[in-house]
Amino acid sequence: MPHLILLIAQRLALGFLLLLAVSALIFLGTEILPGDVAQSILGQSATPEALANLRRDLGLNEPALKRYFSWLWGLLHGDLGTALTNGADIASSIGSRLFNTMFLATVAAVISVPLALILGMLAVRYRNRWPDKLISGSTLAFISLPEFFIGYLLIYFVAVKLGWFPSVATVYESMSFTERLSAVALPATTLTLVVLAHMMRMTRAAILNVMQSAYIETAELKGLSALKIIFRHAFPNAIAPIVNVVMLNLAYLIVGVVVVEVIFVYPGMGQYLVDHVAKRDVPVVQACGLVFAAFYIFLNMAADIIAILSNPRLRHPK
Amino acid sequence: MATEQTLLQVRDLQIGATVYPPDAKPHDIEIVKGVSFDLAKGRVLGLIGESGAGKSTIGLASLAYGRGGVRITGGEIFLRGQDILNINKKDIRSIRGSKVCYVAQSAAAAFNPAHRLMDQVIEAARENGTASKADLTGRAITLFESLGLPDPQHIGNRYPHQVSGGQLQRIMTAMALCSEPDLIVFDEPTTALDVTTQIDVLAAIRNAIKQTGVAALYISHDLAVVAQIADEMMVLRNGEVVEHGDTRQIIEAPVQEYTRALVNVRAIDHPQAADTHTSLLNVSNITASYPGSAETVLSDVSVQLQPGHTLAVVGESGSGKSTLARVITGLLAPSNGTVEFDGRQLSASLDGRSRDDLRQLQMIYQMADVAMNPRQTVKTIIGRPLSFYFGLRGKEKATRIHELLESIELGPEYADRYPAELSGGQKQRVCIARALAAKPKLIICDEVTSALDPLIADGILKLLLNLQQREQVAYLFVTHDIATVKAIADSIAVMYQGQVVRYGPKSRVLSPPFDDYTDLLLSSVPEMDVGWLDNAIAGRRMESAGH
Amino acid sequence: MPFLVIRAYGTPSEASVTIMFYRVPLSACIGLVITALFLIAAIFAPWLAPYGLTEIVGGVWEPMSSQFLLGTDNLGRDLLSRMIYGARTTIFIAAMATALSFTLGSVLGLLAAVVGGWFDQLLSRFVDLLMSIPTLIFALVVLSVLPGNLITLILVMGILDATRVYRLARSVAVDINVMDFVEAAKLRGEGRWWIVFREILPNALSPLVAELGLRFIFQVLFLSALSFLGLGIQPPEADWGGMVKENKDGIIFGIPAALIPAAAISILAISVNLIADWILNRTTDLKGGRSGN
Repeated sequence: MPHLILLIAQRLALGFLLLLAVSALIFLGTEILPGDVAQSILGQSATPEALANLRRDLGLNEPALKRYFSWLWGLLHGDLGTALTNGADIASSIGSRLFNTMFLATVAAVISVPLALILGMLAVRYRNRWPDKLISGSTLAFISLPEFFIGYLLIYFVAVKLGWFPSVATVYESMSFTERLSAVALPATTLTLVVLAHMMRMTRAAILNVMQSAYIETAELKGLSALKIIFRHAFPNAIAPIVNVVMLNLAYLIVGVVVVEVIFVYPGMGQYLVDHVAKRDVPVVQACGLVFAAFYIFLNMAADIIAILSNPRLRHPK
Repeated sequence: MATEQTLLQVRDLQIGATVYPPDAKPHDIEIVKGVSFDLAKGRVLGLIGESGAGKSTIGLASLAYGRGGVRITGGEIFLRGQDILNINKKDIRSIRGSKVCYVAQSAAAAFNPAHRLMDQVIEAARENGTASKADLTGRAITLFESLGLPDPQHIGNRYPHQVSGGQLQRIMTAMALCSEPDLIVFDEPTTALDVTTQIDVLAAIRNAIKQTGVAALYISHDLAVVAQIADEMMVLRNGEVVEHGDTRQIIEAPVQEYTRALVNVRAIDHPQAADTHTSLLNVSNITASYPGSAETVLSDVSVQLQPGHTLAVVGESGSGKSTLARVITGLLAPSNGTVEFDGRQLSASLDGRSRDDLRQLQMIYQMADVAMNPRQTVKTIIGRPLSFYFGLRGKEKATRIHELLESIELGPEYADRYPAELSGGQKQRVCIARALAAKPKLIICDEVTSALDPLIADGILKLLLNLQQREQVAYLFVTHDIATVKAIADSIAVMYQGQVVRYGPKSRVLSPPFDDYTDLLLSSVPEMDVGWLDNAIAGRRMESAGH
Repeated sequence: MPFLVIRAYGTPSEASVTIMFYRVPLSACIGLVITALFLIAAIFAPWLAPYGLTEIVGGVWEPMSSQFLLGTDNLGRDLLSRMIYGARTTIFIAAMATALSFTLGSVLGLLAAVVGGWFDQLLSRFVDLLMSIPTLIFALVVLSVLPGNLITLILVMGILDATRVYRLARSVAVDINVMDFVEAAKLRGEGRWWIVFREILPNALSPLVAELGLRFIFQVLFLSALSFLGLGIQPPEADWGGMVKENKDGIIFGIPAALIPAAAISILAISVNLIADWILNRTTDLKGGRSGN
């Protein structure tokens, strides 16, 4: 057992180290690359004095390393800085948007994860027969569709032609839970369709891999029923690969959310990030980038830890 | 003839499968072509054959099971008079694991890594029987004890990865016996084990069969092993029965030519070459470990090899014999010791060796499949050393390639083939030709015959001996197989846990008095003799009583 | 186009066509034909397009007619003409970015596998770091400071995606590098050049070529997403993602103009996917398999 705790502690430490490295990469990436923040705020026609003043106000004359550490220090205290464009506090702007994004992503995950797992298992159950071929075939098509094609198709047919759901996903604070659900119905469906195919395909591969193991043949030669083989012998070994699939796709969902929020004009993190990239508002972009990366790293770390926990070789060392 | 005593009746069994070769139409092949036999209660039938004989397929068919896309296309199988090929799924399930059980070749893969051993051992019996969990656990512990497992009370609480391969194989036998079946199918249960482990597992399996009176199908490619266990034997080839008879008759008076060849395999007679008092290879005091590992794989190993002679380095897995080969080739730099070759000291690492050093010391691998680049033709594979070392091109090179093909007994038409278009034996021959192309003084042969069927392996050994006569090349032969050693060696080094425990000319190494390990090793090698196992076990008891 | 021989095999599901010596399944044929059509449109855009790229030829969002086959866009420009020019931009940039990511990724990946040691460690850890940030997010962060031009775009797309090619190339090469035939070549005394190009590369080619198709699809989708978000190709230049953005406001009025470029992206991606899938399935395993039993 102490062996296991050590492994998990190692993985956690690695996650935090990675996050630290990513923060440095994001900060330095926006600092070292050619391009001048002051210039881009004021435009090509700015006078040299105005540029110099702005640089001083932004603290751009300080060495990059010093600015990185003060930025990092601020982050640790929940201070994400202020936006260049309107001077608003970034942390408070992110607050409600982060909640909206989480809500949308959670709804999409709640629909897509069980659906993908069930379809993946069906594909294995009816391997090489029509349900499998249908599922595999549609996967190939669906992973080729950009988010905005699915999104605008839904808006065009479901919202505009049929009028079932609003085409713009407006949410506000006083909304009830069901109103909120109805508002995110189309964006959540889009996200689901975007990740579903991938998740299904990977689930199918993960289960097939386990089902082809010799110990499944042993179980079959013991005269066990198909259900017992699946639940007693395949499932415990399929947990780690399936969790891995789910986590990978949730991480993928985070990226999809950016485009989907823009399609449906949904007030979340993605929309916020894209708006400020266009305005070249670097502090906002840095903060948002870090938040997205943190989620991504967290999901991957969670997948690793669950894989460690479900591995009998690690749980019961020699 | 079916009688009261008949347990299993197989009539004109035909088994086929569909293969899907790349870039060709899928087509059906026949694996078993009309096999019939009867098995009486409590009898053991050995199924013998080389790969592709269909022996495992027949074994699994007696559980009404086809692996992968394999399906039973014709014939009948009766178990106690019940036609098991024409019953519903539920009835098949009630046969599997309760009336007929299966013991796989690789128990390590056949156990589920996620469950404790005991749960898996009693699972089938719980599923199909009425006995309580406590009763079954008790039965399993008794079986563990009679199979000679250590700590029989608690070994069941472990997980598969926590016990050794030989133990897992016994536990799998216990798992089969736990359901008290009528028939057990043993599918090469000792093939993956080291020879000194094999003898114990073999004895345990045989005792268990005798004690319980269960009938068995014992599948193996190794005639000597089956001879120890089976009452009768059936020799199969390409899905057809060659010969079926009493074990003693098959071993002592085989009727068919093919059976005779199988019985006489490794009967190559190679007289030990005379001592020339010169040395081609002089390995002194080698100590080595793999980078990043503290474990010493070789400690203080010294051997010598005379020009044109064969030194066999023999040992079980983990003995360090392949590591020694890697040190000599320069793939692994030793932490201590030197390798002297043809009067000069070789650089410890590959980078420091001259092209001529490399040319004179060639290597042949165990898996010919992966030792040749699948994207190169035989011509390119054999031709590269010719242009690389001797700068041959054009017609000269083509002539030499044909000469080399001739020397490995393959026609010129093989020059344009890819490795995938060759059989296992042919692949190994091409590898030999590639080594010969460099005109080496020494060829290191790393388990070159252990992936091959016995008759094919014999052909390769004979070829190697002929080539040695002609080219005066020396061999360093790394192997785990004593029969191979006896067939080809002039001198022998026995390795155990990274050390040479016995070394000298063949005649001396293989004659008493023995050290403990060599004694154990030699006495563990199955002999083509029905009473061998009894004698070997008896010999060991006496020894342990004497000490 | 290769010489086509139509030959029927068995049931309709096994229908296939023989191109030169290879049997090509129907799905891959469809993929090949459609991809070829898109390529022709891209290459001969100025001759094929009925109107100019920025020429305003009619009213805003006119429906499909014999004059404007696909209707007009948000500014009254011919949609078909912009689609054809858009094929050129989209395919050109995606191809350039793929070429960059592929060259960079596969050369570094193969080298890392063969050279090993600190070189491999350094590169691999750096790639791990880059890959711990979602590609789109990282691109957005970088594009917020970089000047918005074509070269920047191709560089960002290419370098970020090179990480994936690197990982694949490295893992394939590591697998091959430990095989006995590579060891045999090293023992023969072959140089690094021979080992990479004659022993490893021919065996790594099939998975890498299939990956080439997948990387191209990814670049098409990636470019389209960036342009759709307003950070890729800048107007009045046309690429398909940008055209979706230009025409998206029509959707809520029931004008489907934005769906046309979006559909074109999907069809191109599916076609290339069909080809890649076929190549991937053709990849024979290294062991050169003995079939049966």
